[in-house]
Amino acid sequence: MENTQTLASHHHEPEFSTKPIWRTFWILLGITMVELLLATIHLKTGFPPKYVLNGIYLILTCAKAFYIIAEFMHLRHEIKNLIMTIAIPALLFVWFIIAFLWDGNSYKNLRNEYDPHHLEQSTIKVAPQPEAKKPGSVE
Amino acid sequence: MAQAIPAGQKWWSGGKSPFNVEYGKLMMWYFLMSDAFTFGAFLISYGSIRFATNGWPDPNEVFKAFPFVPESIHLPLVFVSLMTFILIMSSVTMVLAVAAGHRNDQKGVTKWMIPTIIGGLAFLSCQAWEWTHLHGEGAWWGLNPFLNADGTKATTNFTNFFFTITGFHGFHVFSGVIINIIMLIKNLRGDFAKRGHYLMIEKAGLYWHFVDLVWVFVFTCFYLL
Repeated sequence: MENTQTLASHHHEPEFSTKPIWRTFWILLGITMVELLLATIHLKTGFPPKYVLNGIYLILTCAKAFYIIAEFMHLRHEIKNLIMTIAIPALLFVWFIIAFLWDGNSYKNLRNEYDPHHLEQSTIKVAPQPEAKKPGSVE
Repeated sequence: MAQAIPAGQKWWSGGKSPFNVEYGKLMMWYFLMSDAFTFGAFLISYGSIRFATNGWPDPNEVFKAFPFVPESIHLPLVFVSLMTFILIMSSVTMVLAVAAGHRNDQKGVTKWMIPTIIGGLAFLSCQAWEWTHLHGEGAWWGLNPFLNADGTKATTNFTNFFFTITGFHGFHVFSGVIINIIMLIKNLRGDFAKRGHYLMIEKAGLYWHFVDLVWVFVFTCFYLL
């Protein structure tokens, strides 16, 4: 408790000014609007292609995450030691995401190659009315 | 970075916190890290299953309803955008509450905590409506009425992941609302004013922004991609 008290009284963080908060709000809102606009354009016209769009979404999502962490959670205004203790472990995600998505994709390709029944089953179109569950479907 | 820190400050020579934050705030950061890895594990397993599956439902075909709008009118993304807007707004009012706490402004904290709590409740209500609607369409854990985008039969992984991850996120929002209500009551009782600082509001704020941060990823993974 002693420690908390001293630290709090020596707390000389800069004043939280409300201007950057609203600026961050408009950035977040703007990015979300851009995402929705792109999604709507894609639904209406089929342009841009879905894989291009997915790349754009991921970049915009990371931008939003950066603004929330840096400004709302105030991490940008902390000292470097604290920023690094948060940022470096978070880099593990880069490896996780690449490794697991790669693995999933590889599993799909192997299964389609060596399990013709599975490939055949997953190309059957479903009739308009609901039908009996296909064998082997995950329940 | 604009702090009044002397150049060449030796953070690791002892006698001061090398992170220059209060203990509880640092621990909140570490808790959020671990929580991020939990959510990350969920979302990455969702991603790897999706990559391992031949077909997948089109989110624009699944999430297209809006309250009080007839079923025949398809409004993809509109409802979830509203939910996103509510959560971002509520994050903004939370930062404004934290800023008021920095100025030791007890009334200001109360003024901004109330809309934050209302925003959280509004988000939860939206999610409750969406779950009820999807359940009415026959979707639940282990039940998937939606077809893949190419018209083939979909696995129940789609609904399982959707309900598990949005449910886990919704539970975080729920806990956040409870924490915020406790903070509001403590503030109204004058506990923080007596203590002389509003660090508890900052810690609750960190948690609340984290919930918003997770939603950004859930929104992208389930509704956009």
